[in-house]
Amino acid sequence: MREVAVIGAGMTRFGELWDLSFREIGIEAGFQALVDAKLSSHQLNAFYLGNMASGSLLEQEHIAPLVIDYAGLAGHHVGAIRVEAGGASGAVALHQGYLAVASGAYDYVVVGGAEKLTDVPDFTANRISGSTADQEWESVFGATLPGLWALVARRHMHDYGTTREQLAHVPVQAHAMGAKNPNAHFRNKITLETVLGAGPVAEPLGVFDCAPLSDGAAAVVLGPMDEAKKHQEIPIRIAASQVACDTMALQHRRELTTLEATVTAARQAFALAHRAPADVQVAEIDDSYSIAALVALEDLGFAEKGKSGALFAQGAFAPGARTVVNPSGGLKAQGRPFGAVGVAQAVEVVRQLRGQSGERQVPGARLGLTHNIGGTGATAVVHLFERVN
Amino acid sequence: MATTIARYWRETPRRYNLGGSRCTVCRTIYFPPRSVCPSCSTHRQSLGKMEPFQLSGEGEVYSFCTVHDAAEGFEMEVPYVLALVKTREGPLLTGQVVDLPAERVRIGLKVRATFRKLREEGKAGVIHYGYKFSPAEEPPPHRRPGRSSEPSRSGTPAPEEGRVRA
Amino acid sequence: MDVGIVSYGAYVPRYRITPGEIGRVWGADGEGMGASLNVKRKSVPAPDEDTITISTEALRVALLRGAIDPQEIGAIYVGSESHPYAVKPTATVVAQAVGATPYLTAADFEFACKAGTAAIQTCMGLVGSGMIRYGIAIGADTSQGAPGDALEYSASAGGAAFVIGREHLIARIRHTASYTTDTPDFWRREGQRYPSHSGRFTGEPAFFRHVTECARRMFEVAGTQPRDYQHVVFHQPNGKFPQRVGKQLGFTEEQMRYGLVTPYIGNTYSGAALIGLAHVLDHAEPKDRILVVGYGSGAGSDAFDLDATEEVGELDRSFGQPVSEFLEQGIELPYAVYAKFRGKIHMGGS
Repeated sequence: MREVAVIGAGMTRFGELWDLSFREIGIEAGFQALVDAKLSSHQLNAFYLGNMASGSLLEQEHIAPLVIDYAGLAGHHVGAIRVEAGGASGAVALHQGYLAVASGAYDYVVVGGAEKLTDVPDFTANRISGSTADQEWESVFGATLPGLWALVARRHMHDYGTTREQLAHVPVQAHAMGAKNPNAHFRNKITLETVLGAGPVAEPLGVFDCAPLSDGAAAVVLGPMDEAKKHQEIPIRIAASQVACDTMALQHRRELTTLEATVTAARQAFALAHRAPADVQVAEIDDSYSIAALVALEDLGFAEKGKSGALFAQGAFAPGARTVVNPSGGLKAQGRPFGAVGVAQAVEVVRQLRGQSGERQVPGARLGLTHNIGGTGATAVVHLFERVN
Repeated sequence: MATTIARYWRETPRRYNLGGSRCTVCRTIYFPPRSVCPSCSTHRQSLGKMEPFQLSGEGEVYSFCTVHDAAEGFEMEVPYVLALVKTREGPLLTGQVVDLPAERVRIGLKVRATFRKLREEGKAGVIHYGYKFSPAEEPPPHRRPGRSSEPSRSGTPAPEEGRVRA
Repeated sequence: MDVGIVSYGAYVPRYRITPGEIGRVWGADGEGMGASLNVKRKSVPAPDEDTITISTEALRVALLRGAIDPQEIGAIYVGSESHPYAVKPTATVVAQAVGATPYLTAADFEFACKAGTAAIQTCMGLVGSGMIRYGIAIGADTSQGAPGDALEYSASAGGAAFVIGREHLIARIRHTASYTTDTPDFWRREGQRYPSHSGRFTGEPAFFRHVTECARRMFEVAGTQPRDYQHVVFHQPNGKFPQRVGKQLGFTEEQMRYGLVTPYIGNTYSGAALIGLAHVLDHAEPKDRILVVGYGSGAGSDAFDLDATEEVGELDRSFGQPVSEFLEQGIELPYAVYAKFRGKIHMGGS
């Protein structure tokens, strides 16, 4: 397997993009990434698109060639492949692109992620996102995605003494970071009182514990590491790319408050890269729900089991900490266009490692991690990115 | 969400009566039933060796939440309690807890399965039925109903294996 | 060969509303209405309950109490005037839900409030003739009164299930009698949401005449008189009618003590007399003689003369919920929530 580098990165702003269509956001992110990589279109071997639900959201299946078409690449007959893994679609697409380049089958690929959620009513978008859980044995009984995460939260509180206030620190930090990110869906700072006083969604989780429904797209260009310098002054090496899965329904997990898929993907990623959690300076983790972020910190090895709430509340993952978590604002503040999330996380980490993150730059970051999950953790994806020089 | 009737209908034995399965190799119990045992799946020893197993419907709340932002089709029940129930036989089940105000639900609450409407396909469509859970603090877990002088007749299985309760 | 009740179970939804609360909304003297009807509270089904779920819960208790193998059930009849579907049976869902399918016969009865007693008579015939081992008779309803109508103060939900058989009887059904005429005091036309009634005509020429005549017929057939019975159960559209008819026939308050449940749960229609009977059976001693007189508007009356056997004490009658718990317990609802639960609020959209 040869080494793979990210040589280009781009993304649209995330949010309610009323005036932009799916085609437009997909193209915008892709072109940014291609220009960033100084790659001409005819060098492109393949396009991977992370997309969760174009069929149910837009009534448009077969969406990958559509993006290639409107990007003006249909004449090159570039292969376009849609990848679906619920909320982890983008990260799994990145994994596919990585494998293709690492294996030598392809030299240059674009990995995009895009989702357009505002073309359907909120309750429809929520139903569709809820369908990433088990329809037959969860949803049919009235389970929603926030409801399932609330079950995890209640048990975490019961088993480890995690408090409602500790959970509230997650969105507060996310919004503080989002305020510094021009692409973020939410750029307003909030307080603990805002979170604690917000309306309930699925108690103990409230409105501010849940990431929003956003439109958006992101893209990266991957190529062989030994060619990377031709395209990018600071190529970022993908040090590990790991996908792991678990039971579809929460009810079948061995433990409710641990996502074994995350644990497995992270363990394998760190082993492959010969690194440890403590070596990571910047991490973009899945905070689709406040409790998901706390569980992820434990599963990824950044916090001891049961201690994430207290640590987070102490600012252990805020700017200035050894590992800064979600400088982009995360899914909560930067936004949650499902299929785009995993790729946008990669864009953020790549820019951080290049030192291009302006106000929210994590100084001297050299090793970055992204973590993206589908559903309630039936799929988990962990990537490690490294600045080589 | 409109869906075909067949999709619901074929799950009726599970949703009405909590019919699960048990691996005859390692004795692990599953709900819903599985055709291969995840516990001994490495060498697929359990393939073709899973047997039907009836859950009693008795258990306790393992975790719960109160849903305010309802799933489509559940709006009239808001707020409703969604729970994971640890059954007496082992498997965890997802379902609503009914007949108890949300503030009185707690982890460890004893519940039993009750038969309720799950959802309706609009006003003109079919009605889907299945299990929910209601509080059951009263009956001791292993009580055998029936007559004191003659606990079991007609070869009726004990509750653990019985097919009545769901 | 004797035919009778082998086991039984009752189910009443958990929610309640008071006549005072209903009257508050309609600017009426609800408490006065409750007092004149002798209805203190009425049961309200949750949005996820209907005649199918109530019947299933009642029958599950009956089968567990009696340790009855559901595969031995030869027939299930569900009597109700609120079957969830106009076309698509209730009894098949109940049969599937208790594990009685597929080798049995089943049907839904609609016969005003006496569909459940008609189901018992049908089962008696099938069991007595040896065609089947166990027959299941269920009476259950989730009745509705039009908002503001007098009926709204009493129409409630609940049901009871009886296992009819020949062996291990807890109560023998010694005689049954019916009194049937065409008397239109109460009806609901196809497609109408709420029933209509003929006001005070529902009293004397309807309820009282039929119940009285049917009871007298029963005395004749059985060769009994009121003092031979330890317990009597009447159909009970409210708490007053059965008390009055009981007094007219010469029964005492003591004889009616357990059979009258409507004051605490409201009028459960097809379930009413049967839940009353279930309550009596909860307390019956061996050799107790029981009279049941059901009534259905426009349908007539069915009467049963029963006596409890030695086995009544051996059945685990406290398994599941005894009727007294339904009479005592409950979560009281404000009218607005009751209206939401009962689908009385007009919702927008499709």
